[in-house]
Amino acid sequence: MLSPFIAKLSEIYPDARLLTHDAGLVSYESDGLTAFREKPIAVVLPESADEVIRTVRCCFDSHVPFVARGNGTSLSGGSLPVKNGIVISMNRMNRILRLDPVQRLAVVEPGVINLNVTKAAASHGLLYAPDPSSQSVCTIGGNIAFNSGGAHCLKYGMTSNHVLGLKIVLPNGTVDTLGGESLESIHPDYVGMFVGSEGLFGIALEITLRLIPKPEVYRTVMCAYRSLKAAGDAVSKIIASGLLPGAMEIMDNLSIQAAEAAVHPGYPLDAAGLLIVELEGEASQVDEEFKRLHGLIEASNPYFFKEAKDAFERQQIWKGRKSAFSAVGRLSPDFIVQDGVVPRGRLGEALEEIQRLSKQHGIRVANVFHAGDGNLHPLILYDGKQKGALHHAELLAAEIIELCIRFGGSITGEHGVGMEKRTYLPKMYQPSDMESMFQVRRAIDPTNIANPGKMLMDGDAPALTTSGMHPLEKAGVISRE
Amino acid sequence: MEHKIDLEAIGSPQADAMAHAISTCVHCGFCLPACPTYQVLGEEMDSPRGRIVLMRGVLEQNLPLEEATPYLDRCLGCLGCETACPSGVAYGELLSSFRAHTQDKRKRPIADQMAHMMASQTLPFPNRFRWAALLGRLAKPIAGIFPTPIRAMLGLVPSRLPDSARLPVFTPAKGVRRGQVGLLAGCVQQVLAPDINLATVRVLSENGFDVHVPVGQGCCGALSMHTGDAKMARRLAAVNLDLFPPNLDAIITNAAGCGSGVKEYALLFRGDPLEAKAAHLANRVQDVSQFLDSIEMISLKPLEKTLRVAYHDACHLAHAQGITSAPRRLLRQIPGLELCEIPDGEICCGSAGTYNIEQPQIANTLGTSKAKHIASLGVDVVAMGNIGCMVQIRNHLAKLKPDKVAIPVLHTVQLLDRAYRNE
Ligand SMILES: Cc1cc2nc3c(=O)[nH]c(=O)nc-3n(C[C@H](O)[C@H](O)[C@H](O)COP(=O)(O)OP(=O)(O)OC[C@H]3O[C@@H](n4cnc5c(N)ncnc54)[C@H](O)[C@@H]3O)c2cc1C
Ligand code: SF4
Ligand code: SF4
Repeated sequence: MLSPFIAKLSEIYPDARLLTHDAGLVSYESDGLTAFREKPIAVVLPESADEVIRTVRCCFDSHVPFVARGNGTSLSGGSLPVKNGIVISMNRMNRILRLDPVQRLAVVEPGVINLNVTKAAASHGLLYAPDPSSQSVCTIGGNIAFNSGGAHCLKYGMTSNHVLGLKIVLPNGTVDTLGGESLESIHPDYVGMFVGSEGLFGIALEITLRLIPKPEVYRTVMCAYRSLKAAGDAVSKIIASGLLPGAMEIMDNLSIQAAEAAVHPGYPLDAAGLLIVELEGEASQVDEEFKRLHGLIEASNPYFFKEAKDAFERQQIWKGRKSAFSAVGRLSPDFIVQDGVVPRGRLGEALEEIQRLSKQHGIRVANVFHAGDGNLHPLILYDGKQKGALHHAELLAAEIIELCIRFGGSITGEHGVGMEKRTYLPKMYQPSDMESMFQVRRAIDPTNIANPGKMLMDGDAPALTTSGMHPLEKAGVISRE
Repeated sequence: MEHKIDLEAIGSPQADAMAHAISTCVHCGFCLPACPTYQVLGEEMDSPRGRIVLMRGVLEQNLPLEEATPYLDRCLGCLGCETACPSGVAYGELLSSFRAHTQDKRKRPIADQMAHMMASQTLPFPNRFRWAALLGRLAKPIAGIFPTPIRAMLGLVPSRLPDSARLPVFTPAKGVRRGQVGLLAGCVQQVLAPDINLATVRVLSENGFDVHVPVGQGCCGALSMHTGDAKMARRLAAVNLDLFPPNLDAIITNAAGCGSGVKEYALLFRGDPLEAKAAHLANRVQDVSQFLDSIEMISLKPLEKTLRVAYHDACHLAHAQGITSAPRRLLRQIPGLELCEIPDGEICCGSAGTYNIEQPQIANTLGTSKAKHIASLGVDVVAMGNIGCMVQIRNHLAKLKPDKVAIPVLHTVQLLDRAYRNE
């Protein structure tokens, strides 16, 4: 017997796109953070915006929670199913609807893979700048939800700087359009509000992305140091000099070993810290900047320095860096990826502190991170088969995050709060800030069905204290029809 | 990924290999875009990551085997995922061990069973296959009355079989003798395209190698291994273990499917009294392109006019054996040959052993898309290193433009042979 809710879904979807059997459900149990598993009651595979809208309305009517999912690479449990809820898997909505090289924008469905937008833009001499390491897999919808960043966000900003407009369905089934085709807007920045909302404000159906001219040249160097701190200090010096490279990344010895084993990018295997710096832009300007960069790097005393001599070598350097997280799977059966931010001036100090904590706990920590913006990614290695190992690793992860807060940074740079870090949010924000967040959330999702329990803990949710029209309603952005 | 597999309860010699592959997977999804079935079907169960989760479920005894079977059967075994995986998950070992482990326990629909049976009982045996192919030709006009998998099988039968050509047991080296090699003759290929073996023998001999083709060779067992019939695979493989003289420089294969299968012998025979012998044979086997690339090839004569050639990466060569640049380097040594890359080249053509027989619809979609990509290049010839791909691509190129002469499909070694013979 079909439950009445599933029966309603079966009016929207043919059998093949409505999964309720075990094999279908267990496959969607986890995202990139496998420490959590939860079986949904159904998974739907929409192929059009209309199907998504009807599904959300169905959930709203029946009070069934839903979680949108792109390609499930979230590292914080963002696309982990919620209890008694469904998964709306957006990966089949993967068309690029329009690419306008003159206006430099692309209109895409949310399930399109990040790299496919980049590839399509490249054929017009344009670039879609945000480049998470997972760019070959992750979807634009997921990027929107997490305001994802990447190596090149140092210069160009995170996803939110590249989204012009959005068509969304709110948790109550209302469809709305935010923003438009230009960066300037007369309204408050609703797009900015939606980007980074971790699926709590509804589902993006159609996204207008900003494209920028492709840099004329790239110059990419890697330099190796005998200590991680030296690499961190070099970054602080480069930033302080006023240079703004396209990307600055650091990898420690464990990540170097793993990446080298995975894709053989030619990293020096004995380095304690490897710094990758990339300059990009017009040829004359890049050459000028390169001279300054070279001077700064020389002063930082690396024992190894190499510039990529062609596009292939550049690609290899990046391939190594971008495979690093997954490659760490070669070193350890399980690991937790942390994602904290520290002020760039204190990078070297923070890295030393993490190493000290790692020694103290006797747990290996691999480090690979966006050094340019102080976004750390310590990978805490453990073996889930050993009793208590996960718990111990979590304790260390917690200490690292607290360190970030103490240093004046943030608990997440780009992977989001999700399930993993929701308990830390109140440590970073005042109770009154938390209260406002809950109010906004309640106003947009009064029945608490859009990815509930992520980012904001349900239990802590204060009762709805305001009544009457929500500011967004007053502004005509949302309505309750 | 964590798992709660009870290795002792599983009790198969490959249990460790399976558990290890599962724990190496970090669920990052980097393999998704590389997986042909995920591209076509767009659901997690039909992705490598999903299949690993399903196998884990079955091995942990949390998921009934019948639930997982349809998705695992749809896996091409193309190993595109292995190439894409930064974490080094040995997906191939996991899959073949899992298939072997569950072979006796699973139930399939009758038509699939028949197709599977027909394929596994005929393909590995050149004589049976020759007969079946001849009978199949007679059945072609009434193909419509058979269930889809069997119809698909009939679709693969060539309308004309080449005359069965005998391979010489020994061919001496031409010119200065540089060494001696053995040739694994293969089974399907010997019926469908005997010229490939002949071309291989000629090219090797031209390059100064004596070529031994020991009599009594049977199928290498790769097809059975691929479908999970480990017992049958071991039985077939055992026949070949003692046949080759010990003093050869290498044992050459020109079918990527056989090469990758033989290279997996150590796993297939794990715990078997023949394990050491099988592993020894595996170590001696080299793909013909790998071998020719490792020696200095005798220079090739220039072509009369430029020949544009697309090189297709057979999955069992590129993904399973990591051989991609060797065949390209060889072809580039033919003066006047211009090499083209096929868009989306890493994606399987849908042939994959007996796949086009067992999953005809997906195989069709993949074959059509591969043919379209090749046709978009405007090449004179398409070259590759595997008989299965050749049959599949030839069929789909022909279907694409039924009224035109299709782009010729050749084995890499056939192109080299023609260049030596100035044809
Ligand atoms: C190896 C690896 C490297 C990574 N590197 C980076 C990196 O460099 N930078 C970075 O920022 N992240 C990185 N990540 C994290 C992850 O890839 C990003 O968070 C990515 O944006 C998730 O995309 P996805 O399509 O997989 O989304 P999912 O994981 O499926 O979903 C993520 C969130 O988005 C929501 N969502 C999905 N689609 C929609 C939609 N249409 N509308 C509204 N909400 C939606 C989901 O509900 C969920 O909350 C990495 C992950 C891995 C595994
Ligand atoms: S790429 Fe490798 S580690 Fe990542 S999900 Fe696929 S098999 Fe697992
Ligand atoms: S072997 Fe091929 S079809 Fe099977 S999961 Fe891997 S990539 Fe997909």
